[in-house]
Amino acid sequence: MDLFTLITIFVLAIFLGFELISKIPPTLHTPLMSGSNAISGITLVGAVISSGIDDTGFIQVFNMDLGLSSILGFLAVIFATINVVGGFLVTDRMDRMFKKK
Amino acid sequence: MNYEHFSTAAYIVSAVFFILGIKRMSKVKTARQGNAFAAFGMLIAVLVTLFNHKIVSYELIIAGILIGAMIGFVLATTVQMTAMPQMVALLNGFGGIASLLVSSSEFNLAHDLDSFTSITTFLGIFIGGVTFTGSLIAFGKLQGIVTEKSVMYPMQHFINLTLILVSVGLGYVMADQSGIHLLDGIIETPSHEIVIAIVVLALLLGVLLVIPIGGADMPVVISLLNSYSGIAAAMTGFVIQNSVLIITGSLVGASGIILTQIMCKSMNRSLLNVLLGGFGNAPAAKSGEKKDIIIKEVGVEEAAMLFETATSVIIVPGYGMAVAQAQHVVRELSELLQKRDITVKFAIHPVAGRMPGHMNVLLAEANVPYEILMEMDQINDEFANTDLALVIGANDVTNPAARHDKSSPIYGMPILNVDKARTVIINKRSMKPGYAGIENELYGFPNALMYFGDAKDAMSKLITEIKENS
Repeated sequence: MDLFTLITIFVLAIFLGFELISKIPPTLHTPLMSGSNAISGITLVGAVISSGIDDTGFIQVFNMDLGLSSILGFLAVIFATINVVGGFLVTDRMDRMFKKK
Repeated sequence: MNYEHFSTAAYIVSAVFFILGIKRMSKVKTARQGNAFAAFGMLIAVLVTLFNHKIVSYELIIAGILIGAMIGFVLATTVQMTAMPQMVALLNGFGGIASLLVSSSEFNLAHDLDSFTSITTFLGIFIGGVTFTGSLIAFGKLQGIVTEKSVMYPMQHFINLTLILVSVGLGYVMADQSGIHLLDGIIETPSHEIVIAIVVLALLLGVLLVIPIGGADMPVVISLLNSYSGIAAAMTGFVIQNSVLIITGSLVGASGIILTQIMCKSMNRSLLNVLLGGFGNAPAAKSGEKKDIIIKEVGVEEAAMLFETATSVIIVPGYGMAVAQAQHVVRELSELLQKRDITVKFAIHPVAGRMPGHMNVLLAEANVPYEILMEMDQINDEFANTDLALVIGANDVTNPAARHDKSSPIYGMPILNVDKARTVIINKRSMKPGYAGIENELYGFPNALMYFGDAKDAMSKLITEIKENS
């Protein structure tokens, strides 16, 4: 995708973000924060590509010849997955508590 | 259909699920569904990415996802509700470091970056790094590993500004080497070393920026760091030219900024004022003008009697309730009172606790129905018609000095009008001042009574006493 398309998407998405949640009841401040925090784990998409990419020559582990980029990607996959899985589960735990009596 | 088209379509679907998800997260009824929508969007995005033709081996991906999912699952299912602020901070930090790692990984692989991609790589690394260590310090403060107090150091602002400027300079060198070439022949440092320097600076800066900010300002800090992690993800999206990262990262960035603004407004302070830190240190210097206030103390018997004669009660919870894990006893007390036909409501200040909505989460965990949790604006006029206000471990948000005392550091902060209630019972562990480091003049008011003790302990005793009297 060309640069200007990406910048357009970026600017429009920021405005969309502001419009989407202009009003939030305080009850939901924490779950919204932890939910959106889980969403920011979308970096996982990038991490998956970096981790599986054709890259060799940095270190030998378990008969695998790994490159620096794939190592960094691998670490990123771990952290991003914790962020995503932990974030969505913990948000669900909180959302389940908010029920009417 | 080739993969390019297929993945673009799938990423759009996933972005739509994120948008619908966030939208639904802002209403109580649909919040849980919204979270599920967002999780589904994430699943689509990751699944589609697995078919990316750049991927040649799956060992590391599968291992990484398994390890991460296991840790994430254990963390999410075992964490106590009272520990939620530090959990959010920690997860947020992990999102930040992931952006740093992906950006660095891409940079290491790329041979001919254009200058725009270099700039976004720099930003992905830099913002990701600041988010990581900043969140870790916030985590440490909330967990009690790092002091909650504001830690000031000499030339604080000068040092931080210098670090930022040096980082931006290095970022420019990165961009220059990959396209602009103005500095050719002047700076010959290879890009790899520059990237390592930027990583180190960003990690250091994250620590230095958050350490001067005190515990009670954490609601602002956590929401701001949340916003940063979104922006870092969006920058990473530019690096790998992926629209779903850009859209999603921007959404999170925007939502974090909105929450940050709400928190700042609730304290009547500017974001800059919070970020510069040191709040709560200043007033100690001018303590000479400290007025002595005469307080009246009540024991459990007298307190119980006051509850028995009341017809309306407003409970004002604060961080002290969270620390003592008293939310369950407080719910028990509220139910006991309701059984005696006493109207019970909770008044929640927006910045009570250590993260946005902290009190709401704790009380929901204890099964207090959210309909009786009132926002400050909804309930502030009701105090005047209320027999009894019970303040549990809240301090600065009830200090009437905020209304009239221009010399007070909390002057102008919207407060809960507890002093307008016929009687106010304040449960605290001691007379120690609150976070702002100032005396609460409420405690000297003729209608104010101090009921000392640990919140959980004091409320249990109160419940027993009320039950015995019936």
